[in-house]
Amino acid sequence: MKFLGYVLSHLWHSKRRTFLTVSSIAVALFLFCTLRTVMTSLDASLRASDETRLVVRHAASLVFPLPLAYKARLAQVPGVVNVSFGNWFGGYYQDPKNQFTQFAVEVPSVFDLYPEILLGPAEKEAFIRERTSCIAGEALVKKYGWKVGDVIPITGTIYPGSWPLTLRGIYRAATPDASEDAIFFHWDFLNESMPEGRKNLVGIYWLKVASPSDAPTVSAAVDQVYENSPVPTKTETEKAFQAGFIQMMGNVSTLLSILGSAIIFAILLVTVNTMMMAARERTTEIAVLKTLGFRDGLVLQLVAAEAMLLSLAGGIIGCGLAYLAFHRVNFTAGGMIPNFRVLPETLVLGILLAVAMGLLSGLVPAFSAARLPISSSLRKVA
Amino acid sequence: MARIPLAYNLRNLAARRVSTGLTALGIALVAWVFIFTLALAGGFQAALTTTGTPENAIIIRKGSTSELMSILSRDAAGAIESQGEIAKATDGTPLAASELMVVWNLPRKSGTTTNVVVRGVGPKSFVLRPQVKLVRGRMFRPGLDEIIVGKMVAERFQRCDVGDRLKLAGREWTVVGVFDSNGRAYDSEIWGDVELFMPVFDRPVYQSLTLRLAEPGYLAPLKKRLESDPRMDVEVDREDHFYAKQSGQLSTMLRVLGLFVTSIMSLGAIFGALNTMYAAVGTRTREIGTLRAIGFSHGAILTSFLIESVLLALLGGVLGCLLALPVRSFTTGTMSFATFSELAFRFQVTPGMLLAGLAFSAFMGLLGGFLPARKAATMPIVDSLRQA
Repeated sequence: MKFLGYVLSHLWHSKRRTFLTVSSIAVALFLFCTLRTVMTSLDASLRASDETRLVVRHAASLVFPLPLAYKARLAQVPGVVNVSFGNWFGGYYQDPKNQFTQFAVEVPSVFDLYPEILLGPAEKEAFIRERTSCIAGEALVKKYGWKVGDVIPITGTIYPGSWPLTLRGIYRAATPDASEDAIFFHWDFLNESMPEGRKNLVGIYWLKVASPSDAPTVSAAVDQVYENSPVPTKTETEKAFQAGFIQMMGNVSTLLSILGSAIIFAILLVTVNTMMMAARERTTEIAVLKTLGFRDGLVLQLVAAEAMLLSLAGGIIGCGLAYLAFHRVNFTAGGMIPNFRVLPETLVLGILLAVAMGLLSGLVPAFSAARLPISSSLRKVA
Repeated sequence: MARIPLAYNLRNLAARRVSTGLTALGIALVAWVFIFTLALAGGFQAALTTTGTPENAIIIRKGSTSELMSILSRDAAGAIESQGEIAKATDGTPLAASELMVVWNLPRKSGTTTNVVVRGVGPKSFVLRPQVKLVRGRMFRPGLDEIIVGKMVAERFQRCDVGDRLKLAGREWTVVGVFDSNGRAYDSEIWGDVELFMPVFDRPVYQSLTLRLAEPGYLAPLKKRLESDPRMDVEVDREDHFYAKQSGQLSTMLRVLGLFVTSIMSLGAIFGALNTMYAAVGTRTREIGTLRAIGFSHGAILTSFLIESVLLALLGGVLGCLLALPVRSFTTGTMSFATFSELAFRFQVTPGMLLAGLAFSAFMGLLGGFLPARKAATMPIVDSLRQA
């Protein structure tokens, strides 16, 4: 530790190189945090899911509906505490580009299934009372500048036409991983507007069970009821259901990992190069140190410490910038990635990565400095 | 004005082999990431934009953004088929195919599941899409429990090869053939007889109608007449436009992500190039003084160092391009939001992308080399000569 001043004065001596190296490491770590945050944000729905919630859908695919008549039967399955249901609406606001989640849900049972939807009691009551009303997430309301009482026209793509919904409440999510980018409105309103033949069809049912350990038995029991019916079901935990969605996205995470590794490796090369240049320029000085009696091990440590300090500084700056850039900035990548926030573990991982880069980049120059033959290097001194 | 020969720069790069190699490799990786992301976005877009042809028109229900959300009754389909703008097949019947489309959840070979487009097609479907060619097995026979699958489906999904039995809608189907449409979206689909699919999938309606226009100019009048007919409630679009629209959002997002990553990453590489070039200038102080003393101008030295930096970067760029070539053989699949099912596609590396990668590398070299080159050019002769 007493040689910290020596290392620091070296870094200070070549200010430009120190600045450039720290910056390039900071850039790498910033990108690492960003890419990892894209990945963790895609998984946010997994962290937000509740182990005691089950999702029932058509066995073939989500796009096929289930009969409304299933509701009563589902409620009788042993272990089921609560049932609610909803239909994915799939519309847009004003322009097809403005896509976000809209769900037609059964009111008020949806609030029993989703206590994460935080709504003032007055707003909740107003919403429950009015069939053509809706509630919207705070992030969404901010984005489009809506106010309670506004009529929001949503254009349907699955359910044709324009659907004027009166905003009666603005909800907040109870956990940071749950989305605040959705509109919920009355399933009854949707259903009564449907022509004969499209009435009484439900997209998915949500079941609440008493404890997570009930989930497998209840799932199996539900699917068994409808196994040989014309409309078979597939029941799984909310987490498995969300994981299915992420699987459908394909190997996005693999692609991002490939990019991330390429970035880290590129910057590692740059840093190794810098450290080697720095050590090479000081050949004479290192020889002098050794002549003065500094041991090889200590010389190694001094050179390695310099690399480590540079890396660490770069890591802290890069991770810090990523945190500041995405913290509380409502960045959603055009609605594709809600809840874009840097997780603490990403920051920790980033710093660890910086430390690893420091170790690796200091290794080669540190060893060659330690092994430096004194006599031939001193000869260079003018 | 005398120019410093290029050989001087080349020898200098060769003399500092390790440093040159590391810096070039760093730039190579940036160029690689640049081309990789372009190839990803390009591949996805190409799969959709090449799928439609301008001679065909596709008709779906008004307000649906894709076939999946569309409904077309038998009556409406029949009425549309009798329109005069439709080209005639050799037997005099209209060249039009009413099709059914559903998506079905199937296990990938990796064990994960995703949705696959299952399309009920008629005999005209193949005439309308001459790009679709059977590459293995044979055609399905109408009325039998037989299906054919796209090349990507056969490659990526379980039990989807010729001879396999696949369960759909409570029935076992025999896969009798594999078709290839050369990278188009159809390669990610399963096809079978529409008249059999309708009762089996319990769908009394079609999703879309594709037709061949007798003249390209007929689209406008046909569109106008059908879309203004309140009984029809349909939307008419040129087939290539219809598919191109589906690629919009995701390919833009991929491009933005790629641009974001590469532009920030290039900053890191430029810092690295700056370091290397500053070191190059630093160790050659005396040499630069000599060059100036024997009569080379400021400009000549500035140019020479810039050229050296760009050469270094181009070395990296070429390496990056070489590393990016194998990317062409990557296939990946992602969810297409329009069909809510998997669209598999091949990464597309075009000569344009490689050139862009090279230009991008040269640009990084130019930026990284400018300041050090200026420093070299403005060094006072006497001082630099005095330095050991």
